[in-house]
Amino acid sequence: MPKDNSIKKVLVIGSGPIIIGQAAEFDYAGTQACRSLKEEGIEVVLLNSNPATIMTDKDIADKVYIEPLTVEVVEQLIRKEQPDSVLPTLGGQAGLNLAMELEEAGFLKNNDVRLIGTTSETIRKAEDRLEFKATMEKIGEPVAASLVVENVADGLSFANEIGYPVVLRPAYTLGGSGGGIAQNSEQLVEILENGLRLSRVGQVLVERCIAGWKEIEYEVMRDSNGNCITVCNMENIDPVGVHTGDSIVVAPSQTLGDKEYQMLRTSALNIISELNITGGCNVQYALNPVSFEYCVIEVNPRVSRSSALASKATGYPIAKVAAKIALGYTLDEIKNAITGKTYASFEPMLDYCVVKIPRLPFDKFISAKRTLTTQMKATGEVMSICDNFEGALMKAIRSLEQHVDSLMSYDFTELSDEELTEKLALVDDMRIWRIAEAIRRNMTYDHIHEITKIDHWFIDKLAILVEMEQALKTEELTPELLKEAKRIEFPDNVIAALTGKSEEEIHDMRHANGIVAAYKMVDTCAAEFAAATPYYYSVYGRENEVEETHGRKKVLVLGSGPIRIGQGIEFDFCSVHCTWAFSKEGYETIIVNNNPETVSTDFDIADKLYFEPLTPEDVKSIVDLERPDGAVVQFGGQTAIKLTESLMKMGVPILGTSAENVDKAEDRELFDEILEECQIPRPTGGTVFTAEEAKEVANRLGYPVLVRPSYVLGGQGMQIAINDHDIDEFIGIINRIAQDHPILVDKYLQGKEIEVDAVCDGEDILIPGIMEHIERAGIHSGDSISVYPSQSLSQAAKDKIAEYTRRLAKSLHVIGLINIQFIVCGDEDVYVIEVNPRSSRTVPYISKVTGIPIVPLATKVIIGGKIRELGYTPGLQKEAEYIAIKMPVFSFEKIRGADISLGPEMKSTGECLGIAKTFGEALYKAFIGAGIKLPKFKNMIMTVRDEDHQDAVEIGRRFAAIGYRIFATSGTARALNEAGVKAIPVRKIEQESPNLLDLILGHEIDLVIDIPAQGADHSRDGFIIRRNAIETGVNVLTSMDTAQALITSLENTDIQKLTLIDISTVQ
Amino acid sequence: MKAFLILEDGTVFTGKSIGSKREMISEIVFNTSMTGYLEVLTDPSYAGQAVVMTYPLIGNYGITPDMESKKAWPDGYIVRELSRLPSNFRCEGTIQDFLEKQDIPGIADVDTRALTKILREKGTMNGMITTDENYNLEEILPKLKAYRVGDVVSKVTCSEKYVLEGSGKKVALLDLGAKNNIASSLNKRGCEVTVYPAHTTADEIISANPDGIMLSNGPGDPADCTSIIEEIKKLYQTDIPVFAICLGHQLMALATGATTHKLKYGHRGGNHPVKDLKTGKVYISSQNHGYVVDDESVNQEIAVPAFVNVNDETNEGLEYRGKNIFTVQFHPEACPGPQDSGYLFDRFMEMMGGAK
Repeated sequence: MPKDNSIKKVLVIGSGPIIIGQAAEFDYAGTQACRSLKEEGIEVVLLNSNPATIMTDKDIADKVYIEPLTVEVVEQLIRKEQPDSVLPTLGGQAGLNLAMELEEAGFLKNNDVRLIGTTSETIRKAEDRLEFKATMEKIGEPVAASLVVENVADGLSFANEIGYPVVLRPAYTLGGSGGGIAQNSEQLVEILENGLRLSRVGQVLVERCIAGWKEIEYEVMRDSNGNCITVCNMENIDPVGVHTGDSIVVAPSQTLGDKEYQMLRTSALNIISELNITGGCNVQYALNPVSFEYCVIEVNPRVSRSSALASKATGYPIAKVAAKIALGYTLDEIKNAITGKTYASFEPMLDYCVVKIPRLPFDKFISAKRTLTTQMKATGEVMSICDNFEGALMKAIRSLEQHVDSLMSYDFTELSDEELTEKLALVDDMRIWRIAEAIRRNMTYDHIHEITKIDHWFIDKLAILVEMEQALKTEELTPELLKEAKRIEFPDNVIAALTGKSEEEIHDMRHANGIVAAYKMVDTCAAEFAAATPYYYSVYGRENEVEETHGRKKVLVLGSGPIRIGQGIEFDFCSVHCTWAFSKEGYETIIVNNNPETVSTDFDIADKLYFEPLTPEDVKSIVDLERPDGAVVQFGGQTAIKLTESLMKMGVPILGTSAENVDKAEDRELFDEILEECQIPRPTGGTVFTAEEAKEVANRLGYPVLVRPSYVLGGQGMQIAINDHDIDEFIGIINRIAQDHPILVDKYLQGKEIEVDAVCDGEDILIPGIMEHIERAGIHSGDSISVYPSQSLSQAAKDKIAEYTRRLAKSLHVIGLINIQFIVCGDEDVYVIEVNPRSSRTVPYISKVTGIPIVPLATKVIIGGKIRELGYTPGLQKEAEYIAIKMPVFSFEKIRGADISLGPEMKSTGECLGIAKTFGEALYKAFIGAGIKLPKFKNMIMTVRDEDHQDAVEIGRRFAAIGYRIFATSGTARALNEAGVKAIPVRKIEQESPNLLDLILGHEIDLVIDIPAQGADHSRDGFIIRRNAIETGVNVLTSMDTAQALITSLENTDIQKLTLIDISTVQ
Repeated sequence: MKAFLILEDGTVFTGKSIGSKREMISEIVFNTSMTGYLEVLTDPSYAGQAVVMTYPLIGNYGITPDMESKKAWPDGYIVRELSRLPSNFRCEGTIQDFLEKQDIPGIADVDTRALTKILREKGTMNGMITTDENYNLEEILPKLKAYRVGDVVSKVTCSEKYVLEGSGKKVALLDLGAKNNIASSLNKRGCEVTVYPAHTTADEIISANPDGIMLSNGPGDPADCTSIIEEIKKLYQTDIPVFAICLGHQLMALATGATTHKLKYGHRGGNHPVKDLKTGKVYISSQNHGYVVDDESVNQEIAVPAFVNVNDETNEGLEYRGKNIFTVQFHPEACPGPQDSGYLFDRFMEMMGGAK
């Protein structure tokens, strides 16, 4: 069926801010789909509140709205732009839900807009639990039997019907508390009685227990003619019980025979046909490991994290094909862009093995529970490709950038055998390392399998890696042994450590024996057809198939690896734009990256894509082959910066700011010299290695002080210390990981925090704009609300900031981008607190709101362009006519046990934008974009420190004025009432009911303002209040400044009057 | 022990010997299926050929009760890696033991992708697997060039006819090297299936008065099956409904005046899209064939193309005019591979007048 020509203008809805469970994969899918639509001559209107995305570029869509994803906004936008269609299946659950609300309200029909791709009926059938169950029953596809019960008797009879064990899940309890698995009727009665009591609505779900079954996924595509294919299947190494986003996943499945594989494949096609899906779909199964019995766990009728992974694992561009299907094309009409010969209606065949490992944020949330459950916790993931499973696993491990490079990286040797056995049952991010330890102690596969339910096949693969460790430790390192170690991807440094040789010796021995990495192509078809798209992975002991390329200058762009807190999608935005800019300048571009969720690893971004770990050794193997003319490191975050020194040793010129100057900004002493030379003040401080030295410096400076390791991103390990005790604790935490560089201790200045990104060509600088943080210094810049242009700075301060930026950029010989953070105290005292001679988190945001294409500009400068010659006037640019506010977005409810109070360490996972003509409207948009939709019940709780009472009174008065009822803890309540602001005192949580906790759990509170004490706050009270509030969906603010911003936005806005701004028109 | 794979063009791959240690010469073909190695090994269509598996990890779930015939047929087996420990609830043994017991010589640790690329670029060619380190290329290459697959149908067909009991339609299945699931698919639909050796006369089949005739898949060059073609001509003359798969499809075409030719490197795997020319619907099919019916040689008055391969537009099926005959190049019986076209057995049931 050819294209439906009645589709001319399509609204694409994105997924909004990055949160856990909804990350960069939707930017990848959305970008690919928008390009695919534009290729067909369709006018694309894009809506996404996330400014860090590539899809919100004016090159990707015709009209770009970075506005909150709410029903009201979409309605207004549809009225304004009058698209004929909405494509809802690319923006994750957020986009899908929005489209469904509009459809159900009849708005789309009334406005002659239709949903393309999958219909609303289909979405409902797949998303509604009951309808889904009914549909599956109709076509004979099994789902895990379940029933909601309100008394023990019903529970007992249902459990008898479906058989034990059963899972019990009480409705509406905190984090599933009160639930559990019952093996028999006795346990059932016990757990069920308790669960019914705890559940707010007195309901418990009784479900057949399928924990421990194999978890298998299929990615399927279907067109309007009913043609179906499966793109790929995947097997979770962690059995059912761990969210697939938190599981180690392998593609294709490894332990399924053709009978099981085809049985589930046929089932997936039956389901997608019955649901009448047109586009991509993900079907998840639980498969009984000892029979052919299976259950359908879930169906996602849209592109998903799994579909992004499947696209990268196979080379099949799911989102692109889904977009074409939405336009009416059938699978046999869509060319396979990888081969250029075959069509989209064929199933990819892999001749390699893919492993994905989640990137979990426990390094950021030290207090959080590491347990993995059905609630996803990963912020990102890495993928690797090899021709054997062991190698793919080893490559994925070292791609994580979590100080792990082998199965020896976590040490469990101290555990007794009993303890180890006990801990094998623990399902967390270190489980495979404990299994490796168990194998080292000769625990049997059966024993390990019994506890973990992980398939013997995977346990044996871990054993092969452990055996290699032993061989390297005990045997003579012959070329044969080395070859075998490299085949299963042991990195040189690990081989060196095990054999007692140096890394250099291993490297030399490899090269002397011809043991070097070869590269194979991902071609969707297992070499059956010649492929046109160079997408490579490394293997050892095989023939290299990378074609040598000459002629154009070659540039190596180093990506930013997995998405983590502190290094998010912003850096992928920068890497991709830099690649495109180099391409335009006539360069051959080569990207190295390992993140399957990103645009940078799409098959048609660079001339060549190497899907590889970003370690010096892996990069060197590519360099040896490609011999690039230069490498760019300033766009790939800390991941790329860390490779600078190694690249120089390989003889690869660093394009842009030199490594030596990068170092100067990070090395405290060198940097102090530069500041002195430039006559720029900074907070006084010193460098230390031990707690003793730190305390000495701190006492000299006077508390509070800021403590942090050098060379980190996202303020990792950064803390404000108010006394010697804090110092001991913080230095202890920092030194848990061996530090190559000193720890910095600085005087903590409380002032306005200001941030600037600038492009420097060696002579001139260009500052697109000055951003001001709403929260005072002390809260990480990534967690602060950022306002452009700055609202409260004096001209003198602005001038100083521009001048200091110029001096610093010149003095550090910056070529390309620089990011500087300042503190402004009083009217015009400007201090520098941090300088990063590289791209930053704010670059996409500031590019979009100023209309200045910063990354392409910086790229041109890097290859010799001059700001003046490129048509720009140096210096601080004129302020735009809009006010644009970047709002951080957090995923605290996903991480049990994480402390949500803000501080110098970054905790947000994403951001959204509010842009408007007035500050109040911009702020309001930013808050609703971040999901803070108030007021609801007009009840709030305040509990603040004594020193904040004055601020609290002012804020309380304003909330009261718009009708809020204020509850407060005794001290705060007294202060408020004394000042004439009515506050109802509530008991603290350790006191008898009704207390603060009961109030929160009553589900009628809009907001909690809880200001924790600075320093190492060990108050359990505050922690419990904040956790409970977050887990019941109550907004919590931990900074007075944020609270002030919120009330300002609530006072000033009327949702009916929002102005929608097409950002592609911003000059 | 080391083993060597020597190709007709002089390329030598060094690897590790697996299975039988004896030397073998055969035609080297590749299969892209990611699962179903046992079904591939026991598919009689591979008689006279040695198979390269493009998926690098083979044997992961061991040997299961999924054999498509009584024994393994390929002359040789070429893989990247055999799993050390198979794991599956139905696993009865390792593939290593199976290859040895079945006396199939093989080679592991081969860069199967590089090998596949050679076969793709230069076309299917002959090769040798040997464990003799002192092999002499000058002696070997002429032998490789001389190798012909020959009359393999006689080797793989059953020696005597036998019956799978059923209470429904009576189907005569001509075993040209049939995979078990063809008979099972019919049997499951209630048919009584009588399996005949390949060289059974048409008269014998017709005189049994079957409701339908099924021509199976099988190995080798279809044009070599001259005597069988003569018998199929007689079957064509009757009004008995005929359904044919793969070699059977080719033989029916040859029997009615069409020609076949050898593809450069064949279609072997479980991902080939075939389009039903009547409905425009595309099915993913299981395929295993080196030869194909020349579309242009088909007399439009006798038969019309019913299916086409979406990738290379080769013929995938024929519908015979004025006859109750329908033939496909691909494998609706799957095993290994997708079950999407299993509905064709239902269509055959309808051709025979529906289930009894």
